[in-house]
Amino acid sequence: MKDFIIPWQDDRDMGTPAKDGAPVTLTIDGFEVTVPEGTSVMRAAAEAGLSIPKLCATDSVEAFGSCRLCLVEIEGRKGTPASCTTPVAPGMVVHTQTETVKKLRRGVMELYISDHPLDCLTCAANGDCELQDMAGAVGLRDVRYGHEGESHVSARQNGEANPRYLPKDESNPYFTYDPSKCIVCSRCVRACEEVQGTFALTIQGRGFDSRVSAGTNEDSFLTSDCVSCGACVQACPTATLQEKSVFEIGTPTRSVVTTCAYCGVGCSFKAEMRGDELVRMVPFKNGEANRGHSCVKGRFAWGYANHAERILNPMIRDRIDEPWREVSWDEAFAFAALKLRNIQARHGVGAIGGITSSRCTNEETYLVQKLIRQVFGNNNVDTCARVCHSPTGYGLKTTFGTSAGTQNFDSVEQTDVVIVMGANPTDGHPVFGSRLKKRLRQGAKLIVIDPRRIDLVRTPHIEAAHHLALTPGTNVAVMTALAHVIVTEGLVDEDFVRERCDLDAFEDWAAFVSEESRSPEATEAVTGVPAAELRAAARLFATGGNGAIYYGLGVTEHSQGSTTVMAIANLAMATGNIGRPGVGVNPLRGQNNVQGSCDMGSFPHELPGYRHVHDADTRAIFERAWGVKIQDEPGLRIPNMLDAAVDGTFRGIYIQGEDILQSDPNTKHVAAGLAAMDCVIVHDLFLNETANYAHVFLPGSTFLEKDGTFTNAERRINRVRKVMAPKNGLADWEVTQRLAHALGADWGYIHPSQVMDEIAATTPGFANVSYDMLEQRGSVQWPCNDAAPEGSPIMHTDGFVRGKGLFVLTDYVATDERTGPRFPLLLTTGRILSQYNVGAQTRRTRNVVWHEGDVLEIHPHDAEQRGVTEGAWVRLASRSGETTLRATLTERVAPGVVYTTFHHPDTQANVITTDYSDWATNCPEYKVTAVQVGLSNGPTDWQTDYAAQAAQSRRILPPVAE
Amino acid sequence: MALDVAESETIARVREIATRLKPLEGPLLPILHEVQETFGHVPASALPAIADVLNLTAAEVHGTMSFYPDFRTAPAGRTVVKICRAEACKAMGGDALAAEVQERMGLGWHETSADERATLEPVYCLGLCACAPAAMVGDTLIGRADAAAVLRAAGEDTA
Repeated sequence: MKDFIIPWQDDRDMGTPAKDGAPVTLTIDGFEVTVPEGTSVMRAAAEAGLSIPKLCATDSVEAFGSCRLCLVEIEGRKGTPASCTTPVAPGMVVHTQTETVKKLRRGVMELYISDHPLDCLTCAANGDCELQDMAGAVGLRDVRYGHEGESHVSARQNGEANPRYLPKDESNPYFTYDPSKCIVCSRCVRACEEVQGTFALTIQGRGFDSRVSAGTNEDSFLTSDCVSCGACVQACPTATLQEKSVFEIGTPTRSVVTTCAYCGVGCSFKAEMRGDELVRMVPFKNGEANRGHSCVKGRFAWGYANHAERILNPMIRDRIDEPWREVSWDEAFAFAALKLRNIQARHGVGAIGGITSSRCTNEETYLVQKLIRQVFGNNNVDTCARVCHSPTGYGLKTTFGTSAGTQNFDSVEQTDVVIVMGANPTDGHPVFGSRLKKRLRQGAKLIVIDPRRIDLVRTPHIEAAHHLALTPGTNVAVMTALAHVIVTEGLVDEDFVRERCDLDAFEDWAAFVSEESRSPEATEAVTGVPAAELRAAARLFATGGNGAIYYGLGVTEHSQGSTTVMAIANLAMATGNIGRPGVGVNPLRGQNNVQGSCDMGSFPHELPGYRHVHDADTRAIFERAWGVKIQDEPGLRIPNMLDAAVDGTFRGIYIQGEDILQSDPNTKHVAAGLAAMDCVIVHDLFLNETANYAHVFLPGSTFLEKDGTFTNAERRINRVRKVMAPKNGLADWEVTQRLAHALGADWGYIHPSQVMDEIAATTPGFANVSYDMLEQRGSVQWPCNDAAPEGSPIMHTDGFVRGKGLFVLTDYVATDERTGPRFPLLLTTGRILSQYNVGAQTRRTRNVVWHEGDVLEIHPHDAEQRGVTEGAWVRLASRSGETTLRATLTERVAPGVVYTTFHHPDTQANVITTDYSDWATNCPEYKVTAVQVGLSNGPTDWQTDYAAQAAQSRRILPPVAE
Repeated sequence: MALDVAESETIARVREIATRLKPLEGPLLPILHEVQETFGHVPASALPAIADVLNLTAAEVHGTMSFYPDFRTAPAGRTVVKICRAEACKAMGGDALAAEVQERMGLGWHETSADERATLEPVYCLGLCACAPAAMVGDTLIGRADAAAVLRAAGEDTA
């Protein structure tokens, strides 16, 4: 039953990758089949429904031709060629089942099985093993060689220790490597190289001594370069590389296709289930974002869903210094509703608001903003995108006309020059990182713009052509200098600009960037980027073919975040890199549904579809649908809500799936704002940090427990499917609906598909989206309406959404956050592969073996000046606050720059970050904080107080016996 | 992590060799050869250093190196004795020769004597099939070998 997939679709292994060529017709076993030129005979046979036995071939990697099981006979050709490495030719006549090949295959299988244990019944791969399947397919009935000869199978053989035997490697927390079951087909090695691009595996030795090895003789899987993406496990045809969860649980009986709830790549997975128990998550080959690949988080880090700390019952309390009291859902909703209505009665309609979550589905996000606009009666809704990609929204809407990346991920396969700016795809967006690395290995050129030497700058088989290691906070100066070179050296794509862009604005811009003061030479002193290097990078980008820009939070989370986004858009337009495959402006979204939560009207000034609340026509649509008057003035942004809370005018908040205390800047200010409110409702899986200040806790459901959709960074709307009942009893959309009912609303949704229908009816870009359509097509990229019934993989193909592309002047203004004698270093923050954002999920998985705590990266030169040694406790202080953590010495950061991650609440990196924010959108300036580092001997007072307050606040009263 | 001085010197030498030979087409094998000539074996710490210079992973260097049995992971004895185990030599009494040499040297295959004087290794064809059984001691080939000749060449015929 391993192939029983919901919704039903074909994900057979076709043996070799699909090719893209002119049609070729051949005959296989008497059937005519037409396939693209370059296709293997093996794949052509599979297309015709004829499967040729195989072991070393799988369609995620190129053919290798080592197992000799897929031999066929071809009329007019000598011998028995391997069908996996033989390309089709017109008129070819292939026979896959002749007496000759049948005999050969059986002989090959006999050899394989003579060095393989015969423990099929107790093997973890029983029923899901290609070796077992092939033994059946070739009709193996006997092994003439016996099992007494030399083998790798058992620790002792013929009464003596077996020198060939290697014990099982269980070092990886999620899968095991059992060399005794290995047939050395090298699929794992090739998957690690071709799919993931890590090259952590090799075949050591030769001949009969060949074994798969992670790293060198001295390594285990854990100590090797392995990043635990799971590609090798996926490729393994036997139980050699096997998920530990399969050992523990057993073979799955059905698969449900769903979407990963971690980063903005939005990988499709098969949730492989036994009953309502999740056995494993397997990347889904037909997923158009990930094309069958995965990373350690989506593939393995789902254990948080069953973690003991997950809260399953609603809880309330009158004051935050009281312990929590578990109550019924009804009591919790009534309690919350009464508090909210009381606040509004006393302090006005605008005294409450809410925050939607980029972790939740489109439908849930839509309902939260609807709750606020329709039921709360105001526009005080904001979302975590405020603190990440709000500048993308502003910048791309201004220049192109809509807030979205322009490409699909497949586009990277056709790019020639890539700029990666303020993003670290191999850690933050690993599956996209792998797809990018694959293209770079094929010869595309890379320009990295980042203060830190991220892995992509130089990693095995990849080397950036240019690394512009700018001083944090000088993005605009660097981007404008790149434009200066392109304009003054005559590298502008004039045809594109003339045809597609607003010419007056272009002329102004060209004059602006051409000024000598914006040249690389003039700005070198500020940016720290050598002018010659910058000029070379600009020339490469402008002349190297298809140019694509991928960027992340290192662009947006600055006081000039929106300006940098517009500078990126300017550069793409000036070089004509918009509107076709291989080019474009591509924001890498941090969370699974940042794009979706922004699309769904989560901002205080925008209704769904990025339509301003000033716009009476849009308001009329929703007023008709919801039967209420919608306020025509924007509501409060998150920082405004907190400021107003401190002032006493904002007193109640409903926060779905976001931990603002840990993730938002200047923790102390956030804490003060929350503490000042009368009713903080936290709706989450865990008692997160924000919940320390909450009065109502509504337990959340995981992505495994509900239906809905996520929209990824390429605007792809992907289905999330419920594979088990919510452990807390209600899916998140039901919780919001029940809260709305308690507040008097008459919502009547019985399934999220009805919410999507409402979105489609009210939002033009989603007009043709429905669950029926997603069921048939798998996914679709918005806009999807009558103008683009199939959706829009690439945007702005025939013209910009706003009409003409708009060049915007991008004047560099230094941030107010400056270094000085007291705070001489610049802190920038980021994340790492194994952890995700505030870590609420990943810290509750076995991923902690890779990252137990946040550490401070500091250049050896700066460390030496301060007497800081590797692993030392250091105090990290800024004008906002201070914390302590351990230091690591590395040249990944330049002298004068330090770096840390923000995954752990006991470090609280955001105690350090400041209130400065993007001028247009208030996106916080996480990426630049002036700090000092010194030796320390323990936690700061803040950390101690915080830990005490958190412990106090998390108490839960034992249930009262009735 | 503080490396001891000897190890950091080794790594520096390896990096120098790798950097110098990197421009060659297919530089990995020449680098491994020169490292082995320099140190008498390829130290484990050389693998990450070579990998870094060539922008490969240590796994890839390990895969290549371990394919060739002549690249050693530990220093050999001062004299390396190789006895051919291939078909022609076996047909001409190679097994008996091997057994006698093993016994008289007190060494099994791939073993080095405790005083690091000698290492005994099997080899698969020295190209001397016409003069089987064959052996090689250091750089010297021995045709129609017997144990006495092998041991004499190895300076082990004291018994």
